[in-house]
Amino acid sequence: MRLIFILKRLGFLLLVIWSASTIVFFIPRMSPRNPIRERFAELTRMGGFSAENLEVIIASYSARFGIDKPLHEQYFDYMSNVVRLDLGVSLNRFPKTTWDLIMEALPWTIGLLLSTTILAFIIGNLLGAVAAWPKAPGWLRSVATPFVLLMGVPPVLMGVLLLFFVAFRLGWLPLGGSYSIGTVPSMSLPFVLDAARHQILPALALILGSVGAWVLSMRGMGVTIQGEDYVTFAEHKGLGGFAIFRDYYLRNALLPQVTGLILALGTMITSGLVVEQLFALPGVGTVLTNAIRSNDFIVIYGIVLFITITVAVLMVLVELIYPLLDPRIRLE
Amino acid sequence: MAVVTLPSPARARPMSRVTLILRYLRRNMSLGIGLAMLLGLVLFTTFGLLFIDPQDAYPLSAPTRRPPSLEFPFGTDFFGRNLLAAMVVGMWQTALIGVLAGAIGTFLGVVLGFISAYFGGWIDGGIKGVCQILTPIPVLLIQVVIAGSLDKRAVTIYTMAFIVVLLAWMGPTLVIRSQVLSMKERQFVSVAKLSGMGDLGIIFKEILPNLLPFIAAAFVGQVFAAVFASFYLAVLGLGPLREPLLGNIIWSAQSQGAFFNGWWWWPLAPAFAMVLILGSLALINMGLDELANPRVRRSE
Repeated sequence: MRLIFILKRLGFLLLVIWSASTIVFFIPRMSPRNPIRERFAELTRMGGFSAENLEVIIASYSARFGIDKPLHEQYFDYMSNVVRLDLGVSLNRFPKTTWDLIMEALPWTIGLLLSTTILAFIIGNLLGAVAAWPKAPGWLRSVATPFVLLMGVPPVLMGVLLLFFVAFRLGWLPLGGSYSIGTVPSMSLPFVLDAARHQILPALALILGSVGAWVLSMRGMGVTIQGEDYVTFAEHKGLGGFAIFRDYYLRNALLPQVTGLILALGTMITSGLVVEQLFALPGVGTVLTNAIRSNDFIVIYGIVLFITITVAVLMVLVELIYPLLDPRIRLE
Repeated sequence: MAVVTLPSPARARPMSRVTLILRYLRRNMSLGIGLAMLLGLVLFTTFGLLFIDPQDAYPLSAPTRRPPSLEFPFGTDFFGRNLLAAMVVGMWQTALIGVLAGAIGTFLGVVLGFISAYFGGWIDGGIKGVCQILTPIPVLLIQVVIAGSLDKRAVTIYTMAFIVVLLAWMGPTLVIRSQVLSMKERQFVSVAKLSGMGDLGIIFKEILPNLLPFIAAAFVGQVFAAVFASFYLAVLGLGPLREPLLGNIIWSAQSQGAFFNGWWWWPLAPAFAMVLILGSLALINMGLDELANPRVRRSE
């Protein structure tokens, strides 16, 4: 039973990855743009080589990337590359592959996104649960309200506002970058502290931009749970307020929130990318915008594919650990 | 929408529609505030377009890098845009993209949702399957691929709307589908069927009017999503670069290092404008949810 469920989810995962890579394959090929020609025409303008050489170079590159083959052969090659996780070679930073570029940037992105997602999830759910809990003190219940009001503000805008008020006006934190100009990356304490200081504002932007949604949905959930018989029963058993809050209230309300987390993964990652480029952090988002700026198509498509696959894999993973959180659910 | 009041029979006067709506808005605070904010923004752009030369929103129309002053209330940017004019035109363009993409997306969603739910069978399986497979794919990234494949000079406000709408119909399709599924089992539909009404008659006369609140909520949700998506694309540098779209202004301010150089007013004006737009849409969306789904009404 369980095996069949896992196989079904894996099949679905493959289907998602297949359709995403097919979309990423066909869209650029329907466009009249020729990335290789554009790239080398740009180089020629900057004074690299003569116009006659240009055609030769373009032809050899087209052959190298297989663009002169018939479409179905290209598709087949492309798919086998995707299977081998070969995302192509950067046009702009030539010897480097897309995979190299992603791997260089990925630790920064994972560090930022993982910590902010977890923090926002925990803070938002606690605040939301407290806000809906009738026995919580009044001031504690109203802490949640400002976060709900901030819900319409996406993380990037939050980032711009934080940059202005905290970094520009007050001068408390740096305006961008991942470490101070002039310092050499090392594992020493001053450097790590400096790098951490640069992560505070982007992290704050991401957290403030996403906490409100968790607060709101958790509060709604909490209100419905209050009326349940098992909560009343626990009260009559004489359980303490905190035990009821933790075991009867939070635990039951948390599950739909995990589903919400699955659905929010894609949005959170894309918000993270945009925030990274706003703060000029060396993560995947900055690699993506640099690629967009320099028309490095191979890298753009590679990153898009990489993130799409990551999101799909994460979704299925969360779904598979779901039964561990709720013993009532069996994989079916 | 019945308002439960118990007027004394002697002075029972039928309330006018306007009073009824205003009363409802007082109860449904988020809808009221959201609509008021939106009205303010609409007034700002319409009066702005009347009093300001739209040409001032484009580069080289004003002295560069002036901080806010009486002459330029929001300052001017590095390229010589008057940022007040840029806000007026940018908001108008944002609204255009949002409404256009939202309307087309909702229309597609309603049509597909109806077809899927009403006819069922393999059509339903196909439409639902495609929606389910496409949903986990982060829409913005596919939009990045589409926008990146276009010639930058060919990107206009309308292309932006088109890019956004290409991947925006799945949400409304699933919502409308589930509503139609539950509605077609209701008794009034069976009665209509038994009395010999055709499929189209049932769809347009029986089901559609009952779905209107859901369609309105889906439409506002789609406008929000479209504004959001086009803003993100522009912030990534994929917008029509010459246009004073709000995301474009933030992108160019950021790439010129506005805060590093002390030109703080440059990214601030579009950021606040965008906060107001998205905030009002989010509030309206929440309010409409309450209207369309009475079960969550007054849940607090």
